[in-house]
Amino acid sequence: MAIDIAIIVAGAFMVASGIGAIASKSLVVSILLSGGVSLAASVVFLLMGAPDVAMTEAAIGSGLTTVVFLYALARSRQADDEDSNERLEAPASRSGGSK
Amino acid sequence: MMRKVMVTLAIIGFAFALLPLAFRAGVQAEPGALATEYLETAPRELGAANVVTAIVVSYRGFDTLGEVAVLFVATAGVGAMLTRKRLGPAAVGRRKPATEVLRTATGLLTGLIVMFGAYIFMHGHLTPGGGFQGGVVIATAVLLNVLAAPESHLAHGVMTAVEALSGAAYVAIGLLGAFLAWGFLDPRVMPTGSIGSLVSAGTIPLIYSAIGLKVGAELSGIIEALKGDRP
Repeated sequence: MAIDIAIIVAGAFMVASGIGAIASKSLVVSILLSGGVSLAASVVFLLMGAPDVAMTEAAIGSGLTTVVFLYALARSRQADDEDSNERLEAPASRSGGSK
Repeated sequence: MMRKVMVTLAIIGFAFALLPLAFRAGVQAEPGALATEYLETAPRELGAANVVTAIVVSYRGFDTLGEVAVLFVATAGVGAMLTRKRLGPAAVGRRKPATEVLRTATGLLTGLIVMFGAYIFMHGHLTPGGGFQGGVVIATAVLLNVLAAPESHLAHGVMTAVEALSGAAYVAIGLLGAFLAWGFLDPRVMPTGSIGSLVSAGTIPLIYSAIGLKVGAELSGIIEALKGDRP
């Protein structure tokens, strides 16, 4: 019975952080919350008696995937910055009539 | 408006379809017929204390080989795409240096984390975990070092050699099983030993160590490639 309650609590945490990840305005917060979904999922796996799957989920889902997403986000921001720099340097060629 | 109605309908449909699963999920008291079969035969036939590992490496070993191949192709794709030539030279440079805390902690933790990863994949036949989990833990140590010293480089040649050798060892052990035992990837090439000791379960520890080294090298390569200064 106690295990069922713990599973429900962890599942509610999963749903809450999933909704939070979608609703959040900041991409960094979304990435961290989707890592939180995986962390809660690994707790659920552990409670259901699957420690092997729980380890995989914790290491890959909440660890590595989060890092890869954060790297990709930093990289795309860098690309955005470079784009805007180019636009600032050559305003005459791009701003004509587009805005 | 129309789109929102469709999305809501789709979500309700999914919820309706998955509702029976939600009620059936939970802790099962009695294992099913297939699970009972595995639980009874795996320790007796293969001498593996962790039945999950016996299934992953031996009974479903061919699936695991495919999984490793998929991971290899994914790594090769990431490595081919994320080069300095494609990302441009601007991707490199102007990095903030790591703080003292991070650098000190990295120095202290790297050895321990690598050792823990090796422990996980070497004890895959005894305790939960195995090659994939241990490999990811080792890649975490590489990630720490990349964060602490962004200018440093992974020994690319060593990583490639480790990956190639462990992949070849995996397939070679599998082929030995086909010739000396009952089939491809059969672990009974070596004696199964007594349940619970480190040297037991035939070649399962060897196979899982090869997988752990391969996964660790591949994921470290992905982290290194994401840094973006590979030539």
